[in-house]
Amino acid sequence: MRRIRIIPVLTLQNEKLVKTIRFKNPTYIGDPINAVKIFNEKEVDEIVILDITASKEKREPNYVKIEEIASEAFMPFAYGGGITNIYQIEKLFKLGIEKVVLNSILETNMSLVKEAAKIFGSQSVVASVDIKKNIFGKEQAYKISGTTKINLPLIEYIQQLENAGVGELFINSIDRDGTYQGYDLALIKQIYSLVNLPIVACGGAASVDSFLPAIQNGASAIAAGSMFVYTGSTRGILINYPKQEELVLKVYLQL
Amino acid sequence: MITIINYNAGNIKSIQNMLKRIGAKSCISADAKEIEQAEKLILPGVGHFDYGMKNLQESNLIEVLNKKVLDDKIPLLGICLGAQLLGNRSEEGVLSGLGWIDMEVVKFDKAKMPENLKIPHMSWNEIKIKKQSKLLEGLNDESRFYFVHSYHLKCKNEDDVLATTNYGYEFTSAVEKENIFGVQFHPEKSHKYGMRLLENFNRFKV
Repeated sequence: MRRIRIIPVLTLQNEKLVKTIRFKNPTYIGDPINAVKIFNEKEVDEIVILDITASKEKREPNYVKIEEIASEAFMPFAYGGGITNIYQIEKLFKLGIEKVVLNSILETNMSLVKEAAKIFGSQSVVASVDIKKNIFGKEQAYKISGTTKINLPLIEYIQQLENAGVGELFINSIDRDGTYQGYDLALIKQIYSLVNLPIVACGGAASVDSFLPAIQNGASAIAAGSMFVYTGSTRGILINYPKQEELVLKVYLQL
Repeated sequence: MITIINYNAGNIKSIQNMLKRIGAKSCISADAKEIEQAEKLILPGVGHFDYGMKNLQESNLIEVLNKKVLDDKIPLLGICLGAQLLGNRSEEGVLSGLGWIDMEVVKFDKAKMPENLKIPHMSWNEIKIKKQSKLLEGLNDESRFYFVHSYHLKCKNEDDVLATTNYGYEFTSAVEKENIFGVQFHPEKSHKYGMRLLENFNRFKV
């Protein structure tokens, strides 16, 4: 039986957990340490924690908080937000994280990927690409929490990331973020046809039923935010994760 | 007390965090004199085979490790690259390994795998236990562990195989020979399963 990684994505703003809709209106969810402790109990496959205001505020990663979170994370832990150089990356790995997630720095300094992959291995370097459609339906990559357009055609940008040596592509649909509309399957399919890299699909998951189509269209791993921090469409806060039996039945055995 | 060998090639902090959680005493050392006094060793490791061997050589640790493991027979657990270094050599590099377990490290054979399986093998996966072992007490074939690797172990001697895992085909995911253990997966990142394995190692006596 082939297992796919199912990854909760937690977004941080000033050390607090928040959840956005289409990258806007961050709503307070709770304390990240508490959430990670619950995710330990639920035996989640991996967690991604993104500080969504670090790059906006030109801040370095909050090492103290990250170390605190890492000390409670008994699953693989990927961190992103405010990373601009190799020294920061080295420091982060020493704190006990497994992967760095790069985004806002990539357009201007793609060589950071090469440098990091050479020292720490490409498996520990994730490129996150936030994607939004313009009014003509054309897909465009964004940086700095979706506020700034990347001045390269999406396809070219993604190919550059692959050539630079990233280990994974974290594809986040801004349009689907927090909407429960399901993953953007056409987008996943398009990127899958372009690159040989594992794709982590994010944005739009409503329930376990959203996972299989994303995998069938090329995702190697599944990420989601809202469905793991809210219960139901009324968005009552509840840190949750599907049971193994449900994942086996509805996802793994269907592959 | 478990001594975690610090040769600049590993996720030492995660291992230390997990040992702390299970109440096992641990320290980190790159010093041959300290390692000479160790009761139990963990050889962590992430990265390139030659980089790992080179760092062990440059830290002047190979002699003391040979003595502790082969003569004094203290328990040693190699994790990920640390498990691979227990073998003779690797397709990834040109340097000789520690040679404590008669095995090679080979790249995943794409020709034997379905196309949709990517390399590295980066996922949770189950183990199939091949022999009775104190290291895997309380664990079974449903126990899941986190893997991230492009190369895998290949034992010459079936008796050294402790567990196998299937990724496209069956490969050796854990080895055991007397006081020497190696696991390809990351127990420090594998929830209660990894906790149990490390508890077992902490309790293990030769």
